[in-house]
Amino acid sequence: MSPLLLPIVLPVVGTLFILAGSNPRKTALGTAALNLLGFVAICGMYDFRAGGHQFLFSAPVIPQLGVSFTLGADGLALAMLGLTTIVTLAAVLVARTPAKMPGAYFASLLLISAGAAGAFVSVDAFFFYMFHELALIPTFLLIGIWGSGDRQQAAWKITIYLAFGSFVLLLGLIGLYLSLPAGARTFDMREIASLAEIGAFVPHDSVFLLLFFGFGILVSLFPFHTWAPQAYASAPAPAAMLHAGVLKKFGLYGILRLVSPVFPEFLIDRWSPLLLVLIAGNIFYVGLVTIGQRKLDLMLGNSSVMHMGYAFLGIVAWNQLGLNGAAFTLIAHGLTIAALFALCGELRERTTTLDFNDLGGLAGKMPSFGLLFGFAAMASVGLPGFAGFAAELLVFFGTAAAGGADFAGLNLYQIVLVLAVWGVVISAVYMLRAYRKVFLGEMPERWAGLPEIGVPARVAVTVLLALLMVAGFWPSGLLSLLSPCLMLP
Amino acid sequence: MIPPLALELAVVCLGIFLLMMDAFSPQTDKRFFAVTGAAGLLLVLVASFFVGQVPASVEAMGFYVADPAGMFFKRFALVATIFVVLMAADFSPVFSRYVPAARSGAGLGEFFTLPIFACAGLMWMATAADFIMIFVSLELVTVTFYVLVASMRKNKASLEAGVKYLILGALSTGFLVYGVTWIFGMTGQTSLDGIAQVVRELAPEGRIPLLFGFGLVLVALGFKVAAVPFQFWVPDVYQGAPTPVTAYLSVASKAAGFIVLLRVVEPFLGAASMRGEVLLALTVLAGLTLVYGNFAAMPQTNFKRLLAYSSIAHAGYLLMAVASVTVDPGGPSIIGVVGFYLGGYLFATLGAFMVLVLVTRAAGSDEISDFAGLAKRAPFLAVCLLVAMLSLVGLPFTAGFAGKFLVFEAAIGAGQFVLVGIGLVSVACGFYYYLKVVRAMFWQAPPEGSAAIEAPATTRLALWVLSIATIVFGIYPLPLLAQFGR
Repeated sequence: MSPLLLPIVLPVVGTLFILAGSNPRKTALGTAALNLLGFVAICGMYDFRAGGHQFLFSAPVIPQLGVSFTLGADGLALAMLGLTTIVTLAAVLVARTPAKMPGAYFASLLLISAGAAGAFVSVDAFFFYMFHELALIPTFLLIGIWGSGDRQQAAWKITIYLAFGSFVLLLGLIGLYLSLPAGARTFDMREIASLAEIGAFVPHDSVFLLLFFGFGILVSLFPFHTWAPQAYASAPAPAAMLHAGVLKKFGLYGILRLVSPVFPEFLIDRWSPLLLVLIAGNIFYVGLVTIGQRKLDLMLGNSSVMHMGYAFLGIVAWNQLGLNGAAFTLIAHGLTIAALFALCGELRERTTTLDFNDLGGLAGKMPSFGLLFGFAAMASVGLPGFAGFAAELLVFFGTAAAGGADFAGLNLYQIVLVLAVWGVVISAVYMLRAYRKVFLGEMPERWAGLPEIGVPARVAVTVLLALLMVAGFWPSGLLSLLSPCLMLP
Repeated sequence: MIPPLALELAVVCLGIFLLMMDAFSPQTDKRFFAVTGAAGLLLVLVASFFVGQVPASVEAMGFYVADPAGMFFKRFALVATIFVVLMAADFSPVFSRYVPAARSGAGLGEFFTLPIFACAGLMWMATAADFIMIFVSLELVTVTFYVLVASMRKNKASLEAGVKYLILGALSTGFLVYGVTWIFGMTGQTSLDGIAQVVRELAPEGRIPLLFGFGLVLVALGFKVAAVPFQFWVPDVYQGAPTPVTAYLSVASKAAGFIVLLRVVEPFLGAASMRGEVLLALTVLAGLTLVYGNFAAMPQTNFKRLLAYSSIAHAGYLLMAVASVTVDPGGPSIIGVVGFYLGGYLFATLGAFMVLVLVTRAAGSDEISDFAGLAKRAPFLAVCLLVAMLSLVGLPFTAGFAGKFLVFEAAIGAGQFVLVGIGLVSVACGFYYYLKVVRAMFWQAPPEGSAAIEAPATTRLALWVLSIATIVFGIYPLPLLAQFGR
C-alpha cells in the first residue's frame, strides 16, 4: 500500500459519509483538513535527497495492453499534490452551504479533489487520463446545478469543449502507445520517457499535435479558450477555484510529463511557428479582451486564460529554463487564481452584482477585503516578491534563449517574447483598473451596509497569499523540487 | 454436454409452443407469454455455456462454424431478445391502443412471441458460413420483422414503417441474391471457405465480376446494418415501429448484420488482388456513415428518431473497425473489437429504449421535451438513462468508452487516419445530441401536471442489470473481451 492512495481515497470516504447523512460542510472541511495533514505526512516520508518517483504502487489491470494502476510521486507530482490539497481546503473553507442539495455540492468538491490528486500521482497514462475525466464530471454538475447567471449555457459549453479536448487527448495517447516499439508497449509514463531518451522510437507528427492540442484545449489554449471565462463566471466560487486553480493544470502537467520528455527537438522546430502564434493570441489578444471586460468574474476568467499563455510559452521554448518557468507557473497561477476567485465569490455573496459600474469605494467599507484583493491582484500581475514574478522571469529567459542564439534579428520566439512582456503591462492595467473600480472612488449608497470579509475566507486567502510570497522570496526551494523532474529527450 | 445445434432448435420450439398456447387457450393472461418467453430464452442462454463440440459431420458440410465469435453473437441475440420481450410487456398498453380488438389483448400474443423466432434466425446467422445459410436465416429474421414493424395496425406511422421496411427489405434481399449469384458464377462455391480458396488463386480477369458480386452483397448488408447511403429507411421505420421492435432492430439486427459482414469480407480480404478495393469500399462507407449519422442526429427533437440516427452513427464506428482489418497477426482481433463495441451498445441502447417505453406510456409521445424534469419525476429512470447516454457518448468508466477506445486503437494501428479524423468530429457531435436529453432530464422543470412515473419490478431489475453492466465492463472490460480469446 502506498501513502499516495490517501489523497484519492480520503475524499471518496468523505463523500460516502456525506451521502450517509453527516453534516456536509463539516464533513467536507474535516476531510480536506485531514487530506492536508496526509499530504504533510507524505512530504515527511518523501526522501528529498534521493528524489525520483517514490511510494510506487502497482497493480496490473489489462496486462495485454500494458495498462496498470501505478501510483508514484516525484517532486513535480508532489508539488501538484500540495496545490490540490491546499486549494481544496481553501475551496471548502469559502464554500457556503447551498439551499439546493448541499450534500451533493460538497461531495462534488471532494470528488474533484480526489480526481485531481489521482491524476497527479498516476504514473500510468491510462489512469492519469481516467482520473481527470472523473474529476470533470462533478465540475460540470457544480456549474450546471449551483452556478449563477446563464449556468446551463456555460455548463453546456464547458462540457462539450472539455469532453472534445479529452477525446483528442485520448487519441493522442493511443497514438503514442502504438508508436512505441511492439513488445515494449506500455502506458507507464516513466518507461515511455526512458524509451524516448534512448531514441527507441520516433512518434509521428500527428501524435504530437493530438497530444498538444488535446492537452491544450483542456488548458484553454487560444483559440479553444472561449469556454473558460464564461464557465468560471457562472461556476460557484469553490468550483472555479478548484477547476482554474487545480484541475485545469492537468493539461500543462500532462505536457510536461508526456510531451516534452518524449518528442525530439526537430518536431517542435517544425511546429513552433504555429504554436507561437497561438500563444501570442493567448497572451496578447486575450489580454486585450480582458481589459475590455465590464464584470469582475469575466475579467478574472479571461485573465486566467491569458496566464496560461505564459506556461505554454515556457514549454514551447523547449529548454530547461522555459520548462522550469512553466512548472513554476502551474503552482503560482494555481494559488493566485484560487485566491482571486475566493474573493470574487465573497463579493458576489455580498453584492450579488460584479458589474464594475455598480461597484466602487468598497475599500472604505471593507478594508481587509480591499487589502487582500490588492495583494492577490499584485500576485496575479507578477510583482517581485510573489511566485508569479519568478515564474514569468523564468519563462522570459527561457524564451529569449530559444530558437538559436541568433540576435542579429529577432526570431519568432523573441517577437512573441516582446508581446509577452507587454502582456505584463496589460495585466497590470486590468488588475489595477479592477481594483480602482471596485474599491476606490465614490461608493454607491446601496453598499452602505456591507459586512467585512468573513473569517473562513480571510484565513483561506491569507494562507494562499502567504504561500505565494514564500515561493516568491525563495523560488529555489520550489525549483529544486520541480527542476529534476523536467526532462527533454 | 448439449449439442450446439440444439440451442436454435430449443428457441424455435419455445416460439412454437407459445404461439400454439396463444391460439388454443385465448383466455391466458398475455403477460404470461412475455414472462415465459424471457424465462425460456434465459434457460437457453445458460445452456449455451455448456455446449459441446460441433459434430465433424456437420462441420464438414461447411455451413455452420461454431467459433467463439459465433457463440458470442448467439448469446448476444439471446440477451437482446430477453430484454426486448420484457420491454414489449411494458409496451402493451400503448400497443393495445393501436390494435383493433374484438377482445382485449388481441395481437399481443404474436407481439411477444415473434421476437423469439427472429432470435432463432439471428442465432443461425451468427454461425452461418455459407451464403445459402446466410440467406435463409436472414430471411427468417427479416420476414419476422415485417410483421413486427407493422403490428400496430391502427397507427398510420407503424403501417407506413411496415411498408417502407417491406419494400426496402425486399430490395436489399434482391441485391444479396444477385450478388451471391455473381460470386457463385465466378467461384462455383457458396460456402465462404470454398470461396476463400478459389479467390486466392483467382485469374486476373475474374477480378472485376467478383468485385461486382461482392459490391452487391455489401449493398445488401449495408441496408441491414444501416450504413450510409443505404440508411434512408432507418429514421422513418425506427420512429414508426413499436418501440421494443425498434430497439430490437437497432441492436440485434445490426449485430447480426455485422457478424455476417465480417465473415463475408474475410475471403475477399484474403486475396491480395482485391484487398485494396474492398478496404476502400468499407472506408468510404464508414466515413459517410459517421458523417451523416452524427450530423443528422444533431437537430432531432424526437427521442426515438434521435436513437435511429444514433444507430446509424454507431454503425459508422463499427464500420470503422471493420475497415481497420489488418493482415498483421499481432494486430487486434477486429471481431473482438466489434463484438465488444456491440456489447456496450446493447447495454446502453436497450436501457435507453426501456426508459423511453415508460416515458411514452406516461406522456403519450416520445419527444425529447417529454423527458423534461425526469430527474424529479422518476430519479431512478433518469439515472439509468444518464448512464446509457454517457455510454453512447463514450465517456470513461462506461462500456461505450472502452468500445470506442478499442475501435480507435484499431483504426490508428491500421493507419486509417482519415477515418480517425472523421471519428473525432463525430464524437464531438455525439456530445451535443446525446447530452441534449440529459439536459432536459436534469436541468429543465417537469411539465405542469405531470405525475411521477412508476417502473414495474421486472423493468427495474432489467435496468439495474443494464446500468451495472455498462459500468462494470467500462472499468473491467476483460471478461467480455476474453470471449474472443484475446
